[in-house]
Amino acid sequence: MSTHERTITIRDAINEALFEEMERDDQVFLMGEDIGVAGGVFKVTSGLLERYGPNRVIDTPIAEAGIVGLAVGAAMTGMHPVVEIMFCDFTTLASDQIINQAAKLRYMTGGQCAVPLVIRTTMGAGRRTAAQHSQSLHAWFAHIPGIKVVLPSTPADAKGLLKSAIRDNNPVIFFEDKMMYNQKGPVPKGEYTIPIGEAHVYRSGMDATVICTSSMLYPSLEAADRLKEEGIHIEIIDLRTIKPLDERTLIKSAQKTGHVLVVDEGYQSFGVTAEIAARITEGAFDYLDEPVRRLGAADVPVPFAPALEDMTIPSADQIYSVIKTMVS
Amino acid sequence: MGSKESVLPPAAELTDDKLLEMYYAMVRGRRLDERMWVLHRQGKVAFHISGIGHEATQVGAAFTIRQGHDWVYPYYRDIAMVLALGMTPRMLMLGLFGKKEAVSSGGRQMPEHFSYRPSKLVTISSPVGTQIAQAPGTAFASKIKGSDEVTVVCFGEGTTSQGDFHEGLNWASIHKLPVIFLCQNNQYAISEPINVEMAVGHVSDRAKGYNMAGVSVDGNDVLATYDAMREAMARARHGEGPTLVEAITYRPVPHSSDDDDRTYRSREEVEAWKKKDPILNFEKLLYKRGVLDDAKKAEIEAKVMAEVNDATDYAINAPYPAAEEALYPVYGPLPG
Ligand SMILES: Cc1ncc(C[n+]2csc(CCOP(=O)(O)OP(=O)(O)O)c2C)c(N)n1
Ligand SMILES: [Mg+2]
Repeated sequence: MSTHERTITIRDAINEALFEEMERDDQVFLMGEDIGVAGGVFKVTSGLLERYGPNRVIDTPIAEAGIVGLAVGAAMTGMHPVVEIMFCDFTTLASDQIINQAAKLRYMTGGQCAVPLVIRTTMGAGRRTAAQHSQSLHAWFAHIPGIKVVLPSTPADAKGLLKSAIRDNNPVIFFEDKMMYNQKGPVPKGEYTIPIGEAHVYRSGMDATVICTSSMLYPSLEAADRLKEEGIHIEIIDLRTIKPLDERTLIKSAQKTGHVLVVDEGYQSFGVTAEIAARITEGAFDYLDEPVRRLGAADVPVPFAPALEDMTIPSADQIYSVIKTMVS
Repeated sequence: MGSKESVLPPAAELTDDKLLEMYYAMVRGRRLDERMWVLHRQGKVAFHISGIGHEATQVGAAFTIRQGHDWVYPYYRDIAMVLALGMTPRMLMLGLFGKKEAVSSGGRQMPEHFSYRPSKLVTISSPVGTQIAQAPGTAFASKIKGSDEVTVVCFGEGTTSQGDFHEGLNWASIHKLPVIFLCQNNQYAISEPINVEMAVGHVSDRAKGYNMAGVSVDGNDVLATYDAMREAMARARHGEGPTLVEAITYRPVPHSSDDDDRTYRSREEVEAWKKKDPILNFEKLLYKRGVLDDAKKAEIEAKVMAEVNDATDYAINAPYPAAEEALYPVYGPLPG
């Protein structure tokens, strides 16, 4: 680690990004349930109310459609609202405002109006909170033209990408895995951003490619470490953004290794893994030694009991064994 | 439809036995809930969300509901209510652990997301407020079928900011549906006090906007809640339309096992409300009336603790579901 870095959690990295962007631009303001006095149910917005006051850090009524609607209305005037929706499961309540309004206003007005809005929300299972608090619904929004979808997996990426999202002139949905807030990692000191739409080759390797999103980076790394001991070298690509998608980086890697596994925590059917498999098949078909493999969440509502929940999410063991069958 | 039982006596005319039943129901909810907190602190369960402080509201309401006849959409704090409506401590404990035998879902649904078909208890929705839109639909079905079932839906005051609340009340009033909207106003939505949630002084004020009956009642007074609900029941049962009942109470514990309430309210405030504890309130009244004495109280406590201990042991020893059970029932079988 260089002297220009320090180790902080994803929670703190996001908190820093919010502080810095609110300091930089007084058009940035925050809205959400319990984000002010309590600093957010996941404590991501701690200290911001004290610093920026109740006009810029707003504890809202429980009304997701209203919160996003209000944010859209303010964004159209050039303000930069950053909204927190506690769980992405609750974005459904605001879905008209997101899908029919925020995403389409620029287009429907022939470019006369922009909606520079960020929705921060949480994804991911593993917290034992069952069917309506544990989903990973990022693929839904990536389906809609007009929205950008970002899902970082490290503190440095979380900070740099959130800053880019806030500066973006389009609606961006920013997914934070609720099980990763305490994940630590190196973060540069001082000002930096990470562009939306660039995947990150987290580790290079020759034998197979694992393309992953958000928290799926960690079981992928664990599986890759085990495989390395057996002399199998995995290239790991963290997507970081699914819309826009960094197709070039993915295709290049697929052409190099010829074996690709995609791991994502959304439901497997009709999700991120399917889209990536299709793009790679189109872009690297002649280089592939076998079909693109996929691991997503089981196509069931996320259950509560630990043993049930665990079996619905891709694990390091599963990633390991799928890769073994691919390269042997 | 026989609706004789729907003519309940007012609280002032309840028999001593009935009053003791109510007291027992409140203590039962409280003690089971306290044990659930302990199990969470011991790291034995992942999550708990509590109904402590709401017992008077819940028991007062439950005693006006015809168990197994009326439909109930409880919410996550309704431990004392669902116990009074036929669920057992064992059922709730099994649900807390997510054990296979848990009647509400066999370990699939979160704790305190009760559902129990024999008592017509519909499962809790984690996204709050959605059931306020559904309840008038259930009441509409009862009306079309010519049944005198009443539907009761419970929620907190913070939830009345959701669009579904307004849509549900509007519908219910247009069609004069047999539904009761029971708001358990405990002054907070997680960290947010009521003045951040709404501009009206009372949740029940919102009823006017829908030309619907609306009442506010001391939710720490079991008999007052009973009377308010009894009146709303009679109105619904006789085709005279819905009521919004606001029971004013307090949550003396954190929002859930994930919450630290010291970040948003003073200890003095909490202590002041604890003096108005609904169980202590009722106890005083029962002592004064000579319905309860020390011996009777000890007997009830002992009976409740035996049930709580039994439920705890039973749930701890019960098996978890097998992992494959996660995969069904997502769809029902094909018809025919
Ligand atoms: C749609 C939705 N938004 C947010 C939440 C998170 N949440 C859970 S309980 C709660 C507070 C509800 O407050 P209130 O309605 O007053 O009920 P109380 O918990 O106080 O009994 C919130 C915001 C949720 N479950 N659903
Ligand atoms: Mg409340």
